[in-house]
Amino acid sequence: MSLQSARHPDPVDPIFRGLAFAAATTLLLTLGGLIVALMIGGWPAISKFGFGFLTSSTWNPVTEVYGAAGPIVGTLITAVLSLAIALPIAVCVSVFLTQYCPKQIAQPVSTAIELLAGIPSIVYGMWGLFVFAPWFARTVQLPILTSLDPESFWGKLLAGVPNGANIFTASIVLAIMILPYMSAVFRELFRSIPPQVREAAFGLGCTSYEVVGSVLIPYVKKGMIGVVMLGFGRALGETMAVTFIIGNSHRFPDSLFASGSTLASTIANEFNEASGVHLASLIALGLVLFLITFTVLAIARALLSSQRY
Amino acid sequence: MDRALRRKIANQAFVVICTGAALVALAALALIMFSLLTKGVGGVDLMLFTADTPAPDSPGGLRNAIIGSILMCGVAMMIAVVIGVLAGTWLAEIGGNTPYGHVVRFLNDVLLSAPSILIGLFVYWWVVVPMGGFSGWAGAIALGILATPIVTRTTEDILNLQPNALREAGMALGASQWVTVRSIIWKAAGAGMLTGGLLGFARISGETAPLLFTALNNQFLSFDMSKPFASLPGAIYPFAMSPYETWNTLAWAGALLITLAVLGVNILGRWLARDKDHK
Repeated sequence: MSLQSARHPDPVDPIFRGLAFAAATTLLLTLGGLIVALMIGGWPAISKFGFGFLTSSTWNPVTEVYGAAGPIVGTLITAVLSLAIALPIAVCVSVFLTQYCPKQIAQPVSTAIELLAGIPSIVYGMWGLFVFAPWFARTVQLPILTSLDPESFWGKLLAGVPNGANIFTASIVLAIMILPYMSAVFRELFRSIPPQVREAAFGLGCTSYEVVGSVLIPYVKKGMIGVVMLGFGRALGETMAVTFIIGNSHRFPDSLFASGSTLASTIANEFNEASGVHLASLIALGLVLFLITFTVLAIARALLSSQRY
Repeated sequence: MDRALRRKIANQAFVVICTGAALVALAALALIMFSLLTKGVGGVDLMLFTADTPAPDSPGGLRNAIIGSILMCGVAMMIAVVIGVLAGTWLAEIGGNTPYGHVVRFLNDVLLSAPSILIGLFVYWWVVVPMGGFSGWAGAIALGILATPIVTRTTEDILNLQPNALREAGMALGASQWVTVRSIIWKAAGAGMLTGGLLGFARISGETAPLLFTALNNQFLSFDMSKPFASLPGAIYPFAMSPYETWNTLAWAGALLITLAVLGVNILGRWLARDKDHK
């Protein structure tokens, strides 16, 4: 280590600080460049279709008319549905692991769940396509289709080609995909609660249900909402797990068991064959996806400002 | 029914529901791993590593895709480690508490969870279009952008854990900030920073979406990263979607390879981090 006096400062120091600052600025420029790219790239579509781009559900490469309503609604439905499935299960899993499960089992199971959170989403997509969709079509969709009156409310809600590739199965695959992540972070949140809080609640005579429901969950409520938003952000932007199984049709989704599309799956599917207005429309879909996820993630980060996951 | 009994029943029901949900979740995840193993193992043989991706209904392997993935991830990690370590160091040691530092930290967190397909669009617009075509470099840049926020974040977190006494010791010896950071702080935080790099690597090795329109794919073995480039995820996606059974088998074998690689790297990263904790 070289000695430096105040009068002869290390000449490397300003270079180091400059480089470090430049690296930090690169992150800022990346996000800025992303917004600029999406706006310029999507501009031909936005200027041509105007606000109608968001409300029209026509997506027709032949007549060159594009509207994003189908993919937007498909994205929101799959993300909300997958969250509705994954959230209660993730809470239960984390409560089970931190409260009821013997320690010798809890540790390996928690590690396994954390590892599963890192599995690439294409694996979940393939499982959905090859295993889950055929099973679902055979054992759930067909019986429902044959037993329901197609004109009734449920008949309309659950109508669709029985091939298992639909909005509902896509949501389930998404739910399974975000489940390990949410369980792992919920578990971390519960473990961050000082043991005195839990002991005090038991000391007042609470049952363990009351301890969890009235004391522990309210204690980490803010963090939990943040994590839910992060999971929501993942579900919104997930591409591969959904593209495999959602069926990729652009019509406005009118039934849970009908094929649909999301913003990300439409981009992934059509980008390499697109040109002109079609390409611009796909980039505009990316802009819509960016605006939605950015809002969700910004809220999540604001809620999680004290804890970082 | 009296109150005590009602509370007791509610409690029992809650325990049963929680245990049941945990079992359902674990069963679903175990089912996926089971499918992956049973369908993937059948495709793993010597040819998988020695032959290139085949035409439909003919034998072949994934050699070009495996090599392509390793090369692209390697270049991506070089980008991510250089930028991520410097940016993380800047956040922890230099400017993290300035208003600009808060903005950078927030944007890094956003970038960390941004949909990977958008990163693909970004690279398509700023790299693929100006360079005039899909290339391995574009794929590597896209993967690098995905890994950088992870490296930045772990670097900052690890450096923040280093005691201030270390920094004061460096200063007391008259060392400049650069020497203090390089010879003391980075050295002390080495294992943790390596873990961050491994986590970043695990994250990008299975990424498919950003490669679809940056690196595209290449049926043949190629080391020229200025041309369309093969990758494991890039081969798995069309193979899985195709009606040919030989391609489907290869797709499962490839998915198994990626999963094992990701799990292995993650376990290695954890092991390194754990070793540090016990010291």
